Amino acid sequence: MKSLAELQAIKEKMKDKVVLREGTADVRVVVGMATCGIAAGARPVLNAIVECVNEGGLADKVTVSQTGCIGLCQYEPIVEIFEAGKDKVTYVKMDADKAKRVVEEHLKGGKIVTDYTIAAAKN
Amino acid sequence: MIRSHVLICGGTGCTSSGSVQIQQAFKENIEACGLSEEVKVVETGCFGLCALGPVVIVYPDGTFYSRVEVGDVKEIVEEHLLKGRKVERLVYSETGEELSTEEKLNVALGDTTFYKSQNRVVLRNCGVINPESIEEYIAMDGYAALGKVLTEMTPEDVIKVITDSGLRGRGGGGFPTGFKWSLCAPNKADQKYVVCNADEGDPGAFMDRSVLEGDPHCLVEAMAIAGYAIGATEGYVYVRAEYPIAVKRLQKAIDDAREYGLLGKNIFESGFDFDLHIRLGAGAFVCGEETALMTSIEGNRGEPRPRPPYPAVKGLFGKPTVENNVETFANVPQIILKGAEWFASMGTERSKGTKVFALGGNINNTGLVEIPMGTTLRHIIDDIGGGIPNGKKFKAAQTGGPSGGCIPESLIDTEVDFDNLTAIGCMMGSGGLIVMDEDTCMVDMAKFFLEFTVDESCGKCTPCRVGTKRLLEMLDDITKGKGTLEDIDKLEELCNYIKQNSLCGLGQTAPNPVLATLKFFRDEYVAHVVDKKCPAGVCKDLLTFTIDKDKCIGCGLCARNCPVSAIVKTDYIAPGHKLPSYEIDAEKCVKCGVCMGNCKFKAISKI
Repeated sequence: MKSLAELQAIKEKMKDKVVLREGTADVRVVVGMATCGIAAGARPVLNAIVECVNEGGLADKVTVSQTGCIGLCQYEPIVEIFEAGKDKVTYVKMDADKAKRVVEEHLKGGKIVTDYTIAAAKN
Repeated sequence: MIRSHVLICGGTGCTSSGSVQIQQAFKENIEACGLSEEVKVVETGCFGLCALGPVVIVYPDGTFYSRVEVGDVKEIVEEHLLKGRKVERLVYSETGEELSTEEKLNVALGDTTFYKSQNRVVLRNCGVINPESIEEYIAMDGYAALGKVLTEMTPEDVIKVITDSGLRGRGGGGFPTGFKWSLCAPNKADQKYVVCNADEGDPGAFMDRSVLEGDPHCLVEAMAIAGYAIGATEGYVYVRAEYPIAVKRLQKAIDDAREYGLLGKNIFESGFDFDLHIRLGAGAFVCGEETALMTSIEGNRGEPRPRPPYPAVKGLFGKPTVENNVETFANVPQIILKGAEWFASMGTERSKGTKVFALGGNINNTGLVEIPMGTTLRHIIDDIGGGIPNGKKFKAAQTGGPSGGCIPESLIDTEVDFDNLTAIGCMMGSGGLIVMDEDTCMVDMAKFFLEFTVDESCGKCTPCRVGTKRLLEMLDDITKGKGTLEDIDKLEELCNYIKQNSLCGLGQTAPNPVLATLKFFRDEYVAHVVDKKCPAGVCKDLLTFTIDKDKCIGCGLCARNCPVSAIVKTDYIAPGHKLPSYEIDAEKCVKCGVCMGNCKFKAISKI
């Protein structure tokens, strides 16, 4: 080890890999992964979110996990976003591209993508 | 892209209950479900809740699965990892409150009764990182303290921070660490040494092992810091050969640190050199004594030597040496990073920081806990430890192993720190905490520890070699009903003599279990010698098993199971019963208790 910078570089490189275990994230993204969700294509959605969150450097703020069936099978794949002190946002009929847009605009930009929310789908 | 981590405990406890096979099963099932790219399996050190092992934690959810068996793995992978449905029956969710099923599934690990009162400083990485990955340690601020020390601080600064923090030696004595370092630092020599005492010998204690297994780099880093502070360029870790997993991981940590240039020449281009070596101990208890330990490292028979000269002046190989325990070292990097004030803000007036305890004996959550100094014994036992099994009553807690004493129920609200324990005639020791319920005989307990010290006395000085042997003989007589009241006084006198005249800590503390039990449970000793009874019903020679002839229905189960055929049929038929009752021939009875365990009618009792 030559310098502190070198140590810092290793730390930065590894940080994303262990941050998962801290559980201190403010924002929780939950993908419905019951049979209905998986059949409707939740897996690519989940993978796209995980990938975008990591690439966007959001891993220390956002936790991505799965949940079971929430009873709205016709709207799967469903993605819910929980943020402390805010109402839950439910996105429905997601796919990988929509997921990327949600990460970009909602998680990064702080703006809800109203096109995909359950309210939009019901109208 | 990895989205989930499965952490599997690879500490000694969980390894012996099958965590290696579980890890294998996880890898196979994850592969079979096509999740290899998404889920990573990580082997970690001890999570602490050994009673519920093998333990598996799934992140990011933080779901804590306990008592996992190989057969459960497929379900966890298919349900939780694939579909996001937690496997309810395996989730540990003890919070002390009534919870709905859904709430149970979402209990965060940190909110459970076992964890919420804990404050993990020493164990902060145990069960969180892969101990064999230096990069994961670096990600958790690892080696940042060493970097800070070498680039920003003078050795005097380092000693000042450690002194100001109030850190005291965790091996048992509680000697101020910063002061110890400051005694060694000014001594001039061509070579100085840093030694780590990882010869954890107290029965029931496994704090040091868990740190070595769960976070070995922490020790490597701390020893390098100590080396810089006192001007030593070499260090030795003296660790028991009975800790194979710890030895293996520590060796890997040392090798990796060398490869990354965190040990060796010119670390961080500061001109500071430091290297570490492991020495295996053969398991002699006396080698945990600092001078005996150094004699053993030197390749000689592990016997203590008189002090002075103290190790700070003339220690390992005759050179100035600082020796600290694993847990003491494990606090050092955090103190450097977060500052002396942060550390001093935890704990009590004269005992700062936290202490790791190995909970054992009659307690529900056996395992490892780290709590701020000053936590009451009641809180440790009832809340963190989950209470005593089978609704039994608390009798006493034993601390400090064979050198320690016991805390009776009347003192259960004692705030645990170095000085409070010493004040009640007990000692902190290295942190073994053995809980005993009402069925424990205190004389028998003292005898158990004396047997241990008699075995482990190195034989160099007479008070310890002969004195402990005589003590044991007297205790043995008392438990056999052959003692007199005079013997109790003699016992006490001999204890004090051994304490005052032994050469090293082993002999000086060996009588403590006897003295402590005499202090708090003298009536039990008296019952043994005067009434010839063992109140707890443990000492076999003072017990008689009898059958209540009116309760006995004459089924004969006891007689069939008696290994020495001591139970015979009588002529007496109790009113309301059809068959003759049985009785025990006291001459033949070996007091094994099998009959009592078998009797469904509670007709057999021991008095």
